[in-house]
Amino acid sequence: MVNIKNVFKSYNEKKVIEDVSLHIEKGKITSFIGPNGAGKSTLISMISRLIARDNGDITIDGKDILKVKNNELAKKISILKQSNGINLKLTVRELVSFGRFPYSQGKLSNEDWVKVEEAIDYMELRDMQHKFLDELSGGQRQRAHIAMVIAQDTDYILLDEPLNNLDMRHSVQIMKTLRRLVDEWGKTIVIVIHDINFASCYSDNIVALKDGKIAKTGRTCDVIDECVLKEIYDMDIDIKNIDDRRICVYF
Amino acid sequence: MGYKKKTIILAVIALALACLYIFYNLTGNIGYILPRRIIKVVTIIMTGGAIAFATTLFMTITNNRILTPSVLGLDSLYMLIQTVIIFVLGSRSLVMLNGEINYLVSIGMMVIFSLILYQWLFKSEGNNIYFLLLIGMILGTFFGSLTSFMQVLIDPNEFSLVQDRMFASVNNVNTDLVYLSIGILALVALYFTRFYKYLDVLALGKEDAINLGVPYNYVVKRLLIIVAILISVATALIGPITFLGLLVVNVAYEFLKTYRHFYIIIGSMLISIIALLGGQFLVEKVFVFETTISVIINFIGGIYFIYLLLKENKSW
Ligand SMILES: Nc1ncnc2c1ncn2[C@@H]1O[C@H](COP(=O)(O)OP(=O)(O)O)[C@@H](O)[C@H]1O
Ligand SMILES: [Mg+2]
Repeated sequence: MVNIKNVFKSYNEKKVIEDVSLHIEKGKITSFIGPNGAGKSTLISMISRLIARDNGDITIDGKDILKVKNNELAKKISILKQSNGINLKLTVRELVSFGRFPYSQGKLSNEDWVKVEEAIDYMELRDMQHKFLDELSGGQRQRAHIAMVIAQDTDYILLDEPLNNLDMRHSVQIMKTLRRLVDEWGKTIVIVIHDINFASCYSDNIVALKDGKIAKTGRTCDVIDECVLKEIYDMDIDIKNIDDRRICVYF
Repeated sequence: MGYKKKTIILAVIALALACLYIFYNLTGNIGYILPRRIIKVVTIIMTGGAIAFATTLFMTITNNRILTPSVLGLDSLYMLIQTVIIFVLGSRSLVMLNGEINYLVSIGMMVIFSLILYQWLFKSEGNNIYFLLLIGMILGTFFGSLTSFMQVLIDPNEFSLVQDRMFASVNNVNTDLVYLSIGILALVALYFTRFYKYLDVLALGKEDAINLGVPYNYVVKRLLIIVAILISVATALIGPITFLGLLVVNVAYEFLKTYRHFYIIIGSMLISIIALLGGQFLVEKVFVFETTISVIINFIGGIYFIYLLLKENKSW
């Protein structure tokens, strides 16, 4: 379980995260939603120790993330950030094999390679595994990065807007993969997502952020609610039940 | 052809050039000429290797291919130190200019200067590398202006001494300093082996590196110190060569087409040695010392730099 307690973060006096406390349930998909600038990326970056917090506690399975050795933490939690402009001459397979670095320190064992193969197959990248990253489309590159995170084989996986720039087919494909990771492998996934319908259809829990504070948190059905969404986004959102799914209509 | 084979080819060329340089037209007083040539070759291998190595590290840390450690302003600081020594001590310092004291003072100042600059880099988070470069450039320009100012004031004869130092040259290096440099570089290389495994991961960028468990600030700080020492030693030994690093590391990446630092480091060092040996051979045998090696390197490097900018421009 990830436990966030009274966390603060400011940039030059400007409060970006203000007194956020949160439990992230194990073995579930938790979506972070909220308007631009709400602090979603900042919060997810603090959980994965990419940036430092000013105040408060963040623990993973009871241990403070800043007290765990870097290498040990990298076996427990992984993050995929929004921008991934790697400009190296790197093939898909090589990128995925980097996911084993916390275990292998660069010298991959047979067991490491098994995990790499597994991740490549899981993301259906087998036929393009020897292609260079700069020869791929945005969606393929995104899948390659997710495969790297899968190869890292951590209990917790954090993703910051993984659906950016993806078409519907690839978005659905990735969300289904994440769902399978949770349902079949027992992973815990936290995802920042803009499309609230994707959040509504694929996540177990939703955390709604606004102006650096938690506006609402709870089970998906509790947060995908006309009153709650109006408060978060300042607009009228109609919610329809279609095939047992709550779909937001906001056009 | 794979990058392993290409690296071997580079090694063969470097070795052949070294032999050519040492044994070409070896007549007369062999007992005098041979050791002198060998010392020059050793100097070239050492400085060329150090500059290529440092530039590779710097480019990996900053995740770019156009900035080299020279933007930290170390070259101009070196020139300032040389000018100040002559300005203050006058030509009496002639002895000192080639001596151990000058060498150690220069290295010490450059390393301390780098450490002060690095403080900015780690003061707060975010991408401060550009801030560091900005400060480096401003201070570099400031040092340059100060240097010119003092050079105008000093005696023309003394100025010619400074001018000699403005261009890198292996023609009159002090043998003792070569041995000293070998010692320093060997220690630095030994220290580096602790961080070697992180390089490929660092090249992915800061966030991926942290994600994969690299103790980022710890490693980057130490690598930057290694860069500062390498560059300072090379500069104090033969003088400033701005473009060499940029040239050879980029050629290494283009030629070897791999991300693996093991090969990029060895490859760029070999290319650097080839460029310097070839350049020195031209200087001595074709231009008969009418020019210095840094003029040749800067000429080729400048053209390559423009080519790089134009090529990168397409994808912007
Ligand atoms: N490095 C930074 N320096 C200054 N302000 C920042 C920095 N990073 C984020 N911010 C500010 O923090 C706020 C939250 O940003 P972010 O967490 O990226 O929001 P979100 O991901 O929810 O769109 C924004 O107002 C942004 O301008
Ligand atoms: Mg964001």
